[in-house]
Amino acid sequence: MKLVTESRFANPDAAYERLVDAHRGLDERESRALDARLVLILANHIGDLELLEEAIRIAQRTGAPPGGG
Amino acid sequence: MGANSEESRKARYQFGYRRRPEQDRAVPARHPVVIVGAGPVGLTAAIDLAQRGVPVVVLDDADRIGEGSRAICFSKHTLEIMDRLGLGERLVEKGVTWQLGKVFLGNDLVYSFDLQPEPGHKMPAFINLQQYYLESYLVERAAELDAVDLRWANRVAGVERRNDGVRVTIATPDGDYQLDAEWLVACDGARSTVRELLGLGFTGLTFEERFLIADVKMAADYPTERWFWFDPPFHSGQSALLHRQPDDVWRIDLQLGADADPEEETKPARVLPRLQRMLGERKFELEWVSIYRFDCRRLERFVHGRVIFAGDSAHQVSPFGARGANSGVEDAENLAWKLALVLFGTAPASLLDSYEIERGQAADENIAHSTRSTDFIAPRSSHARVLRDAALKLAPFAPFARRMVNSGRLSTPSAYDTPLSTPDRETFAGDARLGLAVPDAPMIGSDGRPCFLLERLSDGFEVLYVKDGAAPAPPAGVKLTVIGEDLEDASGLFAHRYDASPGAAYVLRPDRHLCARMRMFDRTEVARAVARAMGNRS
Repeated sequence: MKLVTESRFANPDAAYERLVDAHRGLDERESRALDARLVLILANHIGDLELLEEAIRIAQRTGAPPGGG
Repeated sequence: MGANSEESRKARYQFGYRRRPEQDRAVPARHPVVIVGAGPVGLTAAIDLAQRGVPVVVLDDADRIGEGSRAICFSKHTLEIMDRLGLGERLVEKGVTWQLGKVFLGNDLVYSFDLQPEPGHKMPAFINLQQYYLESYLVERAAELDAVDLRWANRVAGVERRNDGVRVTIATPDGDYQLDAEWLVACDGARSTVRELLGLGFTGLTFEERFLIADVKMAADYPTERWFWFDPPFHSGQSALLHRQPDDVWRIDLQLGADADPEEETKPARVLPRLQRMLGERKFELEWVSIYRFDCRRLERFVHGRVIFAGDSAHQVSPFGARGANSGVEDAENLAWKLALVLFGTAPASLLDSYEIERGQAADENIAHSTRSTDFIAPRSSHARVLRDAALKLAPFAPFARRMVNSGRLSTPSAYDTPLSTPDRETFAGDARLGLAVPDAPMIGSDGRPCFLLERLSDGFEVLYVKDGAAPAPPAGVKLTVIGEDLEDASGLFAHRYDASPGAAYVLRPDRHLCARMRMFDRTEVARAVARAMGNRS
C-alpha cells in the first residue's frame, strides 16, 4: 500500500475548519499537546509503519522554515 | 466593508433630485412596493418587479453613483439574471471575462483553477466590472421602464410598520413627505438605515485584519487571470491579490495586518511605495484607494412583517469569493417573482416564507465560505497560522493540501433545500439539481438559428418537455417548451446536463430554479408541483 496524498474529504474546507476550531481558546503549549495527541491517534489509525515513514518523509521534505519560500 | 458612504464619494454619474407631485398630498400616496437603495440589489429587484408588471418606487439617499470599483466580480448566475433583465450582453461586452485563477506562495505557483472548463454556456464563469458600470447600466434600464419610479436624494427618515403595509417618511431637499407601501424592500446596504430604524440586531464576526484596496490604472501585459499571493516577495508575510478590470484598471488588495492605521495607510506617501514594490518599474496612476476590515454577519430573519431585507442589509460577507453583490442580486431575483405573485393574489403571502428559508440558507453558505477563506488568508491565532503555512508548504507535493488552500471560494448559486421543491421520485444524474438554478445549454431554435436555452425561457413557470410523440398540454398558466421541437439539442449537452430521456419533464420556477422533474410527463403531477412552488400546498 502507498500513502494517499490525493484529496479524500468530500468537503476539505470543512475538515480544515474543524482542525482550526479544535484549537480555539488553547494557549501555545496546549495547542501543541493537542496536535501531538492528534498525530498519535491518526498514526495508529493508519497502523502501518511504512506509510508512517513515508508521511514523515513528506513532512520533513516540505518543512523549510516559514517565509522562506 | 468599511468603505466610504455614497454621500462622501466623488460622483462618477450625477443624477438630479426631482420634485414629485405626490409630495404635496395631504394623505400619503400608496404604492405596492417601495424599494430603499438604488444599488445593484435594489435596482435588480425594481427592474425584475417592473418586468413582471409591478410598479415600484425606488428611493436613494444619494444623488449620484460614486467613484471606486467596489464589487468587481460578477458570477455566471448573476449574468444570467441580468440577461433576463436585458443587460447580460452589455455587461459581458464591457466586462473582462476570466475563468483562470492562480495561487502563489512566494514566487511559486501552488495551485490553479479553471472555473468554467466546459463550453456551451451563454454566460462566462465570471466577468470583472467596476460596480459603477453595473449600477449605471441598471439605472439606464430602469429608466426604460415606466413601472420604475427612481427618486434620487430621497432619504428614508422614518419607518412605521402597519398591519397592511409600511408608512415611510422621506427627507428631500424640499423637506419631508410620506408614502405608504404595501411592501417595503430594504436594499440599503451594510449600514442599512431601515434596519437601524427598526432596531434589528446584525450579529456575527468582525475580522481585525485590515486590507488596502486600490484601483490602479496602467498598461500591463499580465494575463486576464486572478492572481493571489501568500507571502509574496513584494509584500512579505502578508497576502496580495491582482485582478483586471476594464479600461486598463487593475484591482489590487494588500493585506496590512491588524495594527494598520487606516488614515495613514490611504496617504499616497504610504500607498505608492507599497504598489511600486509590487509593480516594479511600470507607470501607474492611482484611481481609488480604501482601507477596509471585514464583517461576516446577518439578520436573524430577513422578513419582518411587510419589511423585507435583501443584499448587504440582510447579510454581510468578506469579499473573498465575490459573494456580496452576487448574493444580493440572487436575493432580489428570488424575491421579485414571489412578491409579484403575492401582489397579484395568485400566491399566498406565506410564499415569502420561502424567501426567508432559501436566501437564509444561501446567506449561511456564503458566510461560512467567506469566513473560512478569511480565516485562511488572515489566520486569527498563531496555531491557525501554523496550520495554514503547513497546508501551503505541502500543496506543491500533496494534492490534498492544494484542495485546502483557500484564497476565496468563488460564488456559485445555492441549491435550495426548500418546501417549494417536489422531491425526486426517480433518479437523475447530470448537472441539473433540484432546487438549483438550471444549467444552460446550446440549442437550435425552431427558426434554425443557434441560441441558448436560458435566453429562450419565459419569465413564468415553464416545463421543459423532452419530445416523445405529440406534445402534451401543460396546466393552465404554464409554458411548455418541447426539446426536440421548439428547441433542438444538437450538441447533446442538454441531454447530458439534464440527464434527459424521451418523455421527461422538468418544471422550472420563474427564477429558473428546478422545482420538480419526472421521467414521464404527467399533467396532474406538474400542476401539483407548480401549486407547491407557489406556496399553495394541498
